[in-house]
Formats: sequence, C-alpha cells, structure tokens
Amino acid sequence: MSMTSSTAYPRDVSQPSAGLKALRGSAAIAGVATFGCGEAPGFTEMELLARAAHAAVADAGLTMTDIDGICTASVLSTMWPMPVIEYLGLNPTFVDGTMLGGSSFIAHLLPAMLALAAGQCNAVLVCYGSTQRSGVMNRKAVAEARRQMDPQPYEMPYEPVLPVAAYALAASAHMAKYGTTRRQLAEVAVAARQWAQRNPEAFERGPLSIDDVLASRMVASPLTVRDCCLVTDGAGAFVLVRSDRARHCPKPPIHVLGTATACWHRQISAMPDLTLTAASQSGAAAYAMAGLSAKDVDVAALYDAFTINTLLFLEDLGFCAKGEAGAFVEHGGIAPGGRLAVNTNGGGLSCTHPGMYGIFALIEAVRQLRGDAGERQVAGAQIALAHGNGGTLSSQATAILGTAATL
Amino acid sequence: MQPNFPGIQARHQQALDAGQFLIQHCSACQCHVYFPRELCPHCGAAAPDFVAPGGGGTLQAVSVISRKADQGGDYNICMVLLDEGVKLMSRVDGVAATALSTLKVGQRVRARVVHQAGKGLVVFDLDGATA
Repeated sequence: MSMTSSTAYPRDVSQPSAGLKALRGSAAIAGVATFGCGEAPGFTEMELLARAAHAAVADAGLTMTDIDGICTASVLSTMWPMPVIEYLGLNPTFVDGTMLGGSSFIAHLLPAMLALAAGQCNAVLVCYGSTQRSGVMNRKAVAEARRQMDPQPYEMPYEPVLPVAAYALAASAHMAKYGTTRRQLAEVAVAARQWAQRNPEAFERGPLSIDDVLASRMVASPLTVRDCCLVTDGAGAFVLVRSDRARHCPKPPIHVLGTATACWHRQISAMPDLTLTAASQSGAAAYAMAGLSAKDVDVAALYDAFTINTLLFLEDLGFCAKGEAGAFVEHGGIAPGGRLAVNTNGGGLSCTHPGMYGIFALIEAVRQLRGDAGERQVAGAQIALAHGNGGTLSSQATAILGTAATL
Repeated sequence: MQPNFPGIQARHQQALDAGQFLIQHCSACQCHVYFPRELCPHCGAAAPDFVAPGGGGTLQAVSVISRKADQGGDYNICMVLLDEGVKLMSRVDGVAATALSTLKVGQRVRARVVHQAGKGLVVFDLDGATA
C-alpha cells in the first residue's frame, strides 16, 4: 500500500488570511442580465455576449464606457478576452481570462474583488455567450476538436463519452458507497423541473415525474437523458463594483461575502475520491471568508450539469452530512416548498445550459436576493450560495452573496 | 537507472505495446503513481521509477455506455483501484453485452494488456476466483 499522500484533499482552509477577511463584502454585484437563453439561431456567440453585457451594464446604471475590467471565458476560443475586448471597444486595466470550465465566472469573482480593492479598476464586467445548441461548432464538433487540442490519453481509448460518463462513474461510486438510488437522483431532476415551471425564462417547463426520469433513455448508467442538463444557447453577464459605489447604483447591491475556488484534477480518473468533490474546499473557504455556514443560506444555486452534481454539492457544501444527500432530496426536499430552495430558476437541468452554467447560477442567486424572482421568489431571502463546477467535477468555485443587511 | 529520453508517456506506451503494464513508484515518498508523470504528484520528486503492478484490482465505479447496435452496441467503462493504491479508467472485457449490468462495484479484477488500434492498452478481466 502507498503511504498517505502528502497533498491534502481537502486542504485546511478554515482560517482565512486578514486580507481575505477584509475583502468580505467589499464588492457588490450591481447589474445582471441574461440573453438568448434556450434557442438563439442566427446569432454568434459574441453577439449574444454583447447583448447580455449591454443589458447587465445598463442594469447597473452604467454605460459601456464605465467598464475598465473584464473577465470572460469561452469553450471554443483559448484567447477569448482579446476578441471580447476588441468587440466591446474596451480598454481595460484588469483582464482575467481564467478558463476552468463552468466554474469560471464564479472563479473570476475573487481576482476581480482584489483588483477593485487595489484600485486597479472600478467596474468589472464578467460575461459569457454560447451558441452550443444552434451553432455550427456544436457539442459534437467541440468534442472532436478537444480530442486533438486537449488529449486525455489515459481515458480516451476507452471511449468514455465525456462529460456524461465521468459523472456516471461518480454516481456509480456514490450509489455503491452510500446506498444512493436512481430514484433519489430522479428527485433532483423533478425538483428542478418544478422550479422551472415557475420561471418563464426556463427552457423545459413541461410535466416531469420520477417515473418519467427512471423510464427515459439511458445514456451512461446510472444516468438517463433526464439526469443530464439541457443543451441550449444563451448568454449571461454581471457587473461588479466596490460596495461604496454599488450603493448609488439603481438596483439593490448584492454583496460578495465570501468566495473561493478549488481545483484538484482534470480527468475523472485522477479525482482523489469519486464521492468527494473540491467543493468541500471551495465551500469551506468561502464560508470562512464570509463568517457563515450552510445553515445561514436561504437559497442555493448549485451547478447541476447532472443530477449527481446536486447531491455531491449538497453534501460537500455542508447542507447535509456526507452520503445523506439522497435522503435530503427525497419527498421534494429541494423542490418548491421543500426544506431548502435549490436551483430556483430550474437549473442546468431545466432552465438553461449553454455549456458553462456557473454564471447563470450566480445571476439567479442575485435575482433571489433582489426579490426579483417572481413566482419562484424565496420569501425574505438574505443570503444565497452560488456554486460553479467545471470539467469533470474538476474545478469548483463557491460564492456566498448577501443583501446590504448581511454586511 | 531510467533513461530520460523519450518522455515518460512514450516509455509507458512502449512498454504497453510490448505487452507490459507499468505504473510508477516514488522512492522519495514511497507512493505509487498513475497515470505516469515526470514528477511525483504527491511530493514533487523527479522521475518516479517504473514498476510492474501485481495486476489485481477492485472495481470502484462502473458505467454502461449506451450505443446503437449498428455501432457496436453497449459497452462498459470502469474505474479500477489497483492493489497498489492507484486508480485508472479502463474497461472489463469478456462480459457479454447483455450481461453488462451484472458488473458491480467491489468486484475483483485482473489487468491484461490488449492491442487496440495498433497500440497496447490495459483492460481488465473479472477475477473468477474471488468475484
């Protein structure tokens, strides 16, 4: 047997630095917008991004000329900040193009907060656009290109059909270790659909039962097509400014109380433990920075690329004990009227999933805290958690957001 | 003494092509390593040694991938924890397409090198004695 690894998973992040503690609440999301979620034929990714960016900047009471910081990432372009800067006519003093898959836009928060606190910039636009559903460069074409550009020689010979097969393996391990059932996975999809039925922006709003999920086409056991997120187009954007400035913006400022990112691997076969994600570290660090814990969270937006994700993140973000998320979601536990409001927009499973969903989780958390969530509004929500996932459970980024009352 | 040319990935593949499955062992921290790397991911020491694993392992996760019959039908992928404490993605061979759902986490398996598309590849067989 091997000796104990000298790299700790998770790392102890329970004691944030003085610098991180000082950043708590220092920046706020002043504007958010989505555009083209669902189907947006006839648009390019850049066009969708630009429409969302313009709307988010307007929502913040600013104009495009106020933007002097940019964070963005693309599945297709490895140099994406440059064409975005060019297209939008920006001349930023802060640029972050960190690409960690779907967690990227939540991972952009902390570098942006540091830049704002340092006075490097004054208004950061975080933005994303994708034509994954309607575009010529669709999911299949991207998968083919990735085989060449981003080879995984120890996995690809087995034809694992990524990403779904990686999540299927995690689900298989979770079921074997904790007795989690396909029915409990199906509860996640049904809860997401019930929330989506209260969200006019959601793409899939038709009826869906647990039996429907169980009887739907198997893709990679134990995951059926209804355990998998949607494939949509869509764009999202938000604007981050220092909190003193946010108070003078037209919408209620939503402060970033804590945020952190953790990345442990790329390939699922290199994940230290298939049943424990790096969310256990990003979440702990974000809570420590915020001085809060899971019990303080009124509404959670958890990146649900597959139904197993929601279970893993409920556990790893402390909403229930390890191995108990299956029981937690039973009997509508995360559906409207349940014990915890999770993915109130319908999530990646039923609202939208253009490829990198993290920005949409964050936008939904902001809408809830503003009280802008209409029929799906969680009454009196003050603290929200938004969590992004990237790759094959590879990168995890958590943000704890709060209203002005939580500062 | 390990030659330092070519890179570790090519040497691992050359061994597989010759029918031998190798993992690595770090003499600095005594950890096994897989997939093969130039540096030990546990302690950072350079050039972990190649060693032959015992070949035994346990299924940690299994998924049956749906595929149309005219494209070859359903097949499995799995995660195997080798007895040396490292894991890898692979597949279990020798199981009929209709019996793939009988593959279970916890089953004992044994490594075997096959040739696929002209290259050596590690697959596993169910360990009949202890399955």
